Amino acid sequence: MQRIGVFVCWCGSNIAATVDVKAVAEALGKEPGVVYFEDYQYMCSEEGQNKIKNAIRDYKLTGAVICSCSPRMHENTFRKAAAAAGINSFMVEIANIREQCSWIHKDKVSATEKAIILGRAAIAKVHLNAPLTAGESPVVKRALVIGGGIAGIQTALDIADAGFEVDIVEKKPTIGGKMSQIDKTFPTLDCAACILTPKMVDVAQNEKIRIFSYSEVDAVKGFVGNFKVSIRRKARFVDEVKCTGCGLCTEKCPQKKVPNEFNLGLDQRRAIYIPFAQAVPKVATIDADYCTMLKTGKCGVCSKVCAAGAIDYKQKDTFVEEEYGAIVVATGFNPIELKKYDEFAYSQSPDVITSLEFERITNAAGPTGGTLLRPSDGTHPKKIVFVQCVGSREDGGGCGKTYCSKICCMYTAKHAMLTREKYPDTEVYVFYIDVRTPGKSFDEFYRRAVEEYGVHYVKGMVGKVSPENGKLMVRASDLIEGKQLNIDADLVVLAAAIEPDQSARPLATMLTASMDTNDFFTEAHPKLRPVESPTAGIFLSGCCQGPKDIPETVAQASACAAKVIGLLAKDKLTCNACVAHSSEMLCNGCSTCEKVCPYGAISYEEKEFRMPDRTTRVRRVASVNPAVCQGCGACTVACPSGAMDLHGFSNRQIMAEVDAICK
Amino acid sequence: MQKVIREKAIELLRSGKVDRVLGWKEGEFFYDQTPHLFLSPEEVERTFVYNGFSGANLSKYLVKEGLKEGVVAVFLKPCDTYSFSQLLKEHRIARDKIWAVGIPCEGKLDIELLRKMGIRGIKTIEEKGDELLVSTIYGEKTVAKKDVLAERCANCKSRKHVLYDELLGEEGEVLDSARFDQIEKLEQMTSEERFAFWQNELSRCIRCNACRNVCPACTCEKCVFDNADSGIASKAPASSFEEQNFHIIRAFHVVGRCTDCGECSRVCPQGIPLHLINRKFIKDINAFYGAYQAGENPDERAPLTNYSTEDMEPGDVFKKGE
Repeated sequence: MQRIGVFVCWCGSNIAATVDVKAVAEALGKEPGVVYFEDYQYMCSEEGQNKIKNAIRDYKLTGAVICSCSPRMHENTFRKAAAAAGINSFMVEIANIREQCSWIHKDKVSATEKAIILGRAAIAKVHLNAPLTAGESPVVKRALVIGGGIAGIQTALDIADAGFEVDIVEKKPTIGGKMSQIDKTFPTLDCAACILTPKMVDVAQNEKIRIFSYSEVDAVKGFVGNFKVSIRRKARFVDEVKCTGCGLCTEKCPQKKVPNEFNLGLDQRRAIYIPFAQAVPKVATIDADYCTMLKTGKCGVCSKVCAAGAIDYKQKDTFVEEEYGAIVVATGFNPIELKKYDEFAYSQSPDVITSLEFERITNAAGPTGGTLLRPSDGTHPKKIVFVQCVGSREDGGGCGKTYCSKICCMYTAKHAMLTREKYPDTEVYVFYIDVRTPGKSFDEFYRRAVEEYGVHYVKGMVGKVSPENGKLMVRASDLIEGKQLNIDADLVVLAAAIEPDQSARPLATMLTASMDTNDFFTEAHPKLRPVESPTAGIFLSGCCQGPKDIPETVAQASACAAKVIGLLAKDKLTCNACVAHSSEMLCNGCSTCEKVCPYGAISYEEKEFRMPDRTTRVRRVASVNPAVCQGCGACTVACPSGAMDLHGFSNRQIMAEVDAICK
Repeated sequence: MQKVIREKAIELLRSGKVDRVLGWKEGEFFYDQTPHLFLSPEEVERTFVYNGFSGANLSKYLVKEGLKEGVVAVFLKPCDTYSFSQLLKEHRIARDKIWAVGIPCEGKLDIELLRKMGIRGIKTIEEKGDELLVSTIYGEKTVAKKDVLAERCANCKSRKHVLYDELLGEEGEVLDSARFDQIEKLEQMTSEERFAFWQNELSRCIRCNACRNVCPACTCEKCVFDNADSGIASKAPASSFEEQNFHIIRAFHVVGRCTDCGECSRVCPQGIPLHLINRKFIKDINAFYGAYQAGENPDERAPLTNYSTEDMEPGDVFKKGE
């Protein structure tokens, strides 16, 4: 019989306000095997932990039940305390009476009753607990960064700086991401290319960093410290080593009618292309959807003009298998599609553009050479209307996002200010719900747009934009003046909401990393562990975790690198002690467990068995590699004969908990 | 057909190609056939039968036969090859010790259906095309064969063998079966009606374990119901466990692996339509994860032990169940 101590935490008023903690302690004190009970304001504090340690020593406890917050929060704290007092740390069970009780209930009587039931289940489990010892596994001292935007670049540079090897996988032909498309950066208005391209060069020249451009992650196996990743290197039909990036092929290619995605389709490129002059790696790529040679077999101009002999029309996708200790997700964002926002006439008029398109039009390397011209007729717009929150901050029923995209207020202020700076004869209106500019030097920046540059900021939303006689009639309401406005604008710029890149959801599935309803990756703790995924060994950098501007992205990218370095600096990781094990006498050898194991921890072997009738039989049985098993339990539920069981979460323990709850 | 099969069995035994032959022989009554292991050509000559009552699926016996020395020949109807293929997939049969002979099947008969027609004192039954000539102690009667087909055969899913070493007769086709019609009827009931329906059926269970013992998906070294450590082991129908849990647990244990061979219902001495529970799972898997029939394709991965991004979200599965 175990000697169990029950410790009920008030968590200040977090638990105590909704749960009668004294009643819980007393009720649980009457359970069989419980020899000690106590309640205290903060069990996780040093004083609280001492109470646990002292009780373990004084009452010769063999197990402890802590009724407190989620085990994700403090299970480790209490396990360490128990171990310090001399009992195996796996003899501690947490009854979560905060997240699963006090926080979600209002009625004190029923919440108290539920807390007692949860405690009873934990006690029932401790009765069946056995001491467990965790093994160790080595750490592969290399990191993978998925996404080569500013977030991925900064994380890779920082990890490499600490001496670890890093691979960047970028699906586009060049690294650089969204920042490479931007003209100027707020709040200091330095040119994006001037501060980004040197970093891109640093990446290319860093001998610790390898870039897999035009590549995607195909499959991920393994676990923290020992990931095995298959990377698909998409066929670019150009030998990356031979290509010198001279660009001759991109001038001679006869297929000129390909929408240029780098300029968001505002101009055209050739079928063989280098996205922009500072691309890294500076290697041409053939667009198989448009290349005449690949489609019909008749052309071959690029091959003829290439002095390096780098063109290879027969190139196929190849796969690279690599091992990593840590994986960083830096998949970034995209502006949302605006097809559904017909009230703004985005699909009807080329002069209704998104803010990112505006960036390209004002960029010196863009389709207009940096001169602000209307896409429709190439004239200077004299009246520009900026519309904020297009698709952001909508209520649940709309076709947009419920969240604030965070960066739009600042870049719209930037656009408005730059327009007035360069073209003082232009009238600029900004329609907003609220102007949100917290951040260092951010509000000052916005005030300058209003006060020094005379931008008309109007509180209110635009109801309709309709193209009429080469103009855009903007109908809007001014909520402060309380009147309707009709503006005959030349150009309308929509601050489209941003959303996670489409590749994020399938990637999250591969990584078994969790996401929120908007497909942003969730962090292990929103305040205390903001750059780690709840899945061990997966780290988050940049907009894949939530909307961010560049300063914040870079700060988070470096924070993420620090966490990765902390992991890679370790020689060994303590494995999970709660691993699966197979009862060989029950195992059928059916391979179901092997198929469902997400970590590849189960293998089969032919073993000789002495049977009850004294014959010898060779049987096919499962065996679990405890260093690889993460204790997810998928095999235990898939096993038809109940041969698989999990240490620390055995079928008997779980049934005992259920019985205790249903008692 | 019986003649051809007997000849094949004798040839295989005589040539020394196989050491034993799995087939059928008559039991207490002519319609009450039992699987039998034939060891000599003479025994085959004397007692081997194959007709409308050779319903037993012989594939499960191969698990034990594969452990013995020598090669065993087995005669498999199209639906039996589904079970054979599934067992091979689960590494339960030593393939090199089996000589599988595919044989055609025109559907098996259910003696209970004849009895329900009020026909008593049956002496012999002769198959004449679409009709059966039933001779009883009260005289002769002719009935349509389709009215006496077992439900699993009336709604046969396939007359095509999944795999075999040699085939006797013509290969058939995968059929467009109406096997899910009955499930749809059950689904249209209210949950109270459905509960009442199953409670009525399952309350007759005497927990003889025949369904489990005959099931080709139930080949565990030790069944959970026989394992004292599992917490659900029991033999006698001591409580309402059989009614409420036994068959549900069994259905969950064979889900995604059941080949819908219908043996559970055939052997049930209480006439409980047990195969409908398993068939409901097959229908659900089809709806949630795409068409899949265990045993049909030896290389295909079963949806419940596989993950694909097209899989239905668990929340949506739950909603469908409401």
